[in-house]
Amino acid sequence: MVGLLERRLVFVTGKGGVGKTTVACALALYASEHGRRTLLCEVDAKGDVAAYFETGPTSFAGRELLPGLWAMSMDTEASLREYLKLNLRVPVVGRIGPLAKAFDFVATAAPGVREILTVGKLCFEVRERHYDLVVVDASATGHIVGQLAAPQAINELVRVGLIRSQTDWMLDILSDPAQTGLVIVTTPEEMPVNETMELAVRVREETTVELASVIVNRVLPELFGRGEEEVFESLRRPQVVARLAALTGGDPAPVLDAARLAVTLRRTRAEHLERLRDGIDPSVPMLYLPFLFSRAHGLRTIHQVARSLGEELGT
Amino acid sequence: MSPARPRRRATDVGSLDGLLASREIVVACGPGGVGKTTTAAAAAAMAAARLGGKVLVLTVDPARRLANALGLEGIGNTERRVPTAAFEAAGVKPMGELWAAMLDTKESWDSLIRHHAPDARTRDEILANPLYRNISGRFVQSHDYIAMERLFEIHAEGTYDLIVVDTPPTRNALDFLDAPERMADFFSSRLLRWLIVPYRSKIVNFASRPFYQVADRILGTQFLADIAEFFILFQSMYDGFVQRARAVQRLLADRRTSFIVVSTLEMVPLREAEFFAQALTDRRLHLGAIVLNKVLPAYLRAPQAAVVAEKLRDDADELSGALAPELGAQVHPAQVRRVLAEIAQSYLDYRVVAQREAEQQAELGAVPETLVSVPNFDTDVYDLGGLLRLGARLWGEHDD
Repeated sequence: MVGLLERRLVFVTGKGGVGKTTVACALALYASEHGRRTLLCEVDAKGDVAAYFETGPTSFAGRELLPGLWAMSMDTEASLREYLKLNLRVPVVGRIGPLAKAFDFVATAAPGVREILTVGKLCFEVRERHYDLVVVDASATGHIVGQLAAPQAINELVRVGLIRSQTDWMLDILSDPAQTGLVIVTTPEEMPVNETMELAVRVREETTVELASVIVNRVLPELFGRGEEEVFESLRRPQVVARLAALTGGDPAPVLDAARLAVTLRRTRAEHLERLRDGIDPSVPMLYLPFLFSRAHGLRTIHQVARSLGEELGT
Repeated sequence: MSPARPRRRATDVGSLDGLLASREIVVACGPGGVGKTTTAAAAAAMAAARLGGKVLVLTVDPARRLANALGLEGIGNTERRVPTAAFEAAGVKPMGELWAAMLDTKESWDSLIRHHAPDARTRDEILANPLYRNISGRFVQSHDYIAMERLFEIHAEGTYDLIVVDTPPTRNALDFLDAPERMADFFSSRLLRWLIVPYRSKIVNFASRPFYQVADRILGTQFLADIAEFFILFQSMYDGFVQRARAVQRLLADRRTSFIVVSTLEMVPLREAEFFAQALTDRRLHLGAIVLNKVLPAYLRAPQAAVVAEKLRDDADELSGALAPELGAQVHPAQVRRVLAEIAQSYLDYRVVAQREAEQQAELGAVPETLVSVPNFDTDVYDLGGLLRLGARLWGEHDD
């Protein structure tokens, strides 16, 4: 399989709350630090990317955040304007009048229009080679298939017209695993694992995009090695706890309880991880990112995750 | 001028008990991945167990094991009663009945069309229209709307004393609140009428209008015609739809309805939850409670314990030597040392996260009358016993 960062267009998706945006930011940062001119695009323009990079708001026009790293936020109306300007070659924008309202309306009525303008813009950046790599902080798992399959959906719905004629080259880029790949971010928990497995199937059946990697985020550390758990259990015997209290001059119960909690949390997650491994095609690389026991947010976190990613990618 | 009051720091206060006893509809909302579905199910289970009456939980996308526990496997829109035996297995004799239903978007849309269609022919044509099938199946906003619409329908039947609703994951937490309004706007839009004018009347030569020219070049004539056909069919139902959407909206704002915002104490979801709580207030909707889920236990923040943990980590060598004899001959002091150092470090690691969480909670803005936190249970919640255990925390009961 083609290496993740050797591709030109990488979509990053995941269930809400698993750290999709963090991973997309870290991936883009890592690539840019390794000499690739990278564009990071936030599709659901909530401004999270700007918050993570601790910078002012991003817009449709890309802006260089760090050397070699550009960021933009998707705006389908701006994408339509750009598209019309490039393709109709007439100053339509002035003549259509309430373009925004009309567009909003057509996009609401015709599903796929918004999606195609999003995917179209991303494919356009790839085709024009403005960047070496485009990393997309894409829609969450519930909506990503609709987005990736938009060119086909449009092909089915719209039989003629300019949009139709444009879907072919988009499909060429999306369907080429050397160029395009999807990353699913998950955590080793019940719902994220279920959604990841279901999504992997849907992506295979309903889109032409290759699943390039599953990134498991927030993996908890293993506390004990072989035989050590029995030692830990014996530490919890009342007379041992009393002895520990005497030796340390404090109550060791919270420390022991916390270790118990850490062990069971990890065990529950290990079971879900096992299910995930069984459920995903073994040819799809799985990367693991540790749970961050830190108080940091923002850029510091992105750097930490980028470093872990680097270790996992083996560079 | 009175001196500025020190800002109240948000701590747990109250219980969901009063809220669930006094409302007919409780909507659980908040960012994705925080346990909305489980919280809604737990609240409903507790209401059925402790308050009595007929309680329905309307869920959107439950985890498979939870769906099984509620008897929802493979069932669409049909409401099913959770057997009393399931409560008894959890050691509880319920005062009332717990019912559960799952939201099937496609089925709900179809039933809405059947309800509003003026005649069988229109109904069949709409149901068969490719654009309609696309909208009802894929159109993201349609999920938001249909969840509220279904709630309205069930409430209007008057079968339940309390309905607890889980909300679909939305791109934006506000989407489903605005969905009825947007749906009403959509169908009563002048632009819509304008768009379909050329197809209703052959008199207007639409090719002469710049908008149609552009739309035509972008989308193609056939597609535009499909859109128009769909909306012409739909027009016969406009009034019904708009009225209904407005009624749904009134129901959400009614005093009998309240909202619970669910979140974890992680920064990003919490900011989203706060934003949502504020939006509810701005819309004059009733924010009944904030539920903080998966919170790390308070003992992780005990000041004394940190001292103990540091000692265990730093003096692991000595301590393991002193402890080993207590643990039996087969235990090697090196193993004890590693275990002590490991649990000490683990404590200090989790402590950092617990402190960050506590700080996040303390800084919460706009706090409603009720704020409850639910601990990070060390196993998944997937049966009625688990739901009731979680529910007890919603009732403000602590077992530690």
